[in-house]
Amino acid sequence: MKNKKKAEKIIFRSEKDVPLMPMSLGSMLFNKTGAWRNIRPVVDLSNCIQCGICWKFCPDVAISIENEFPVVDYDYCKGCGICAEECPSKCIAMVEEER
Amino acid sequence: MKKVIMGNHALSYGAMISRSQVIAAYPITPQTQVVELLSEMCASKTLDAKFIKVESEHSAMAACIAASIAGARTFTATSAQGLTLMHELLHWASGGRLPVVMGNINRAMAPGWSIWTDQNDSLSQRDTGWIQFYCASNQEVLDTVIQAFKVSERLLIPSMVILDAFALSHTYEVVDIPDQEKVDAYLPPFHPVVRLTPSEPHAFGGLTSPEHYFEFRYKLQVDMEKAPALIEETGREYEKIFGRHLGLVEDYECDDADLILITSGTAGYTARVAVDQLRQEGVKAGNLRIKVFRPFPFEKVRQIAGKAKKVAVVDRNISYGHHGIFYQEVKSALYGFDHNPPIFGFITGLGGRDITPETFKEIAHLTMARDKAEEEISWIGVKR
Repeated sequence: MKNKKKAEKIIFRSEKDVPLMPMSLGSMLFNKTGAWRNIRPVVDLSNCIQCGICWKFCPDVAISIENEFPVVDYDYCKGCGICAEECPSKCIAMVEEER
Repeated sequence: MKKVIMGNHALSYGAMISRSQVIAAYPITPQTQVVELLSEMCASKTLDAKFIKVESEHSAMAACIAASIAGARTFTATSAQGLTLMHELLHWASGGRLPVVMGNINRAMAPGWSIWTDQNDSLSQRDTGWIQFYCASNQEVLDTVIQAFKVSERLLIPSMVILDAFALSHTYEVVDIPDQEKVDAYLPPFHPVVRLTPSEPHAFGGLTSPEHYFEFRYKLQVDMEKAPALIEETGREYEKIFGRHLGLVEDYECDDADLILITSGTAGYTARVAVDQLRQEGVKAGNLRIKVFRPFPFEKVRQIAGKAKKVAVVDRNISYGHHGIFYQEVKSALYGFDHNPPIFGFITGLGGRDITPETFKEIAHLTMARDKAEEEISWIGVKR
């Protein structure tokens, strides 16, 4: 992934370190919500028409466009299936996770 | 410039003269007139502000929060059901340390539908982390809006400026609207410490783990504790410029009083009439009007009410299963201190039933006739 921030935990040692309001605490760098997923989107790139609709619709901003093709960030994709539903060329399959 | 205006418009002029930059509101009577005048001011460019129409009070406060994060001086107004619909967002504003100023017109909560005054709407927002000012005249409403912006922006804590429905909201009084230059000198432009801009994006109020949450709440309380001194200081500064003092409390004939009647809102001025009449009858009465409810002015209440032989707290509100809310607060302020007079709690005037000098005289006579409060609540004027 491009521009992915290097994870660094914010620790308050005293109240002097604490900002006034909860702001950009970076907690989601560690809270990998992708673990909640039961089904995962798998993109068949050979049928992808590079429209970017999946990227636009993903409510978790878990799809990025790299070299004009979608890339799913499985650390944060919760498997909602909206991308598969909206894909006009039906090239995204929702596949059951095996654990 | 002196004008004869209603309390609702005193809020509007207060927001205008404070140079509010964003106003978001949803109409609920009687605050409708507050934002009606403000929308006219925005349309005619008397006030250079963005007026945002929204679809509910919840959204009104959400819009105010967003505008305040972007660094705008932000004002709204509401009342009763509207205020309680905002409840969730009130926590977002204070927890986000956003100095929004809001007018609230005290109206009784439904059911039954009521457009008349009592304090249960704003007092049920007690623990949201907002500063609460209770006003007793239209002049005080206007002056307090200006002061509230100054206090809120210094501490980064939002403020509610509260007035009684009808008794102030629709009552016309002479109000001195101060000169813009003087207000500008008193209230400089808002310079937020953090400001959301497209060039510096941030996530506000995101997931905050137990590792982090506690300290934010600690800091809010620490800054809230600075408010009493700051309200007194900015009140004295206001008096120097505008000739009118703005403090935490207002005491009337309390110095030598045997009996102090503690009130809030317009009932305070009614109590003064009763105090004069009681003194003619030979009862040394005084009135302590609590103007700032949050933070609670513990020191002032101890200093002034602690000296009396008896204290009667008159509440136009009730905490069901407990008793009058100001009564609870006054008791907690005086408990454990050397001067700890017997305190009597009275509930009257709910849903806008009139509170008259006779009401206060009845309360005074009941208090003087007893050594201590025999029941948690004495109901005055209820038909039973």
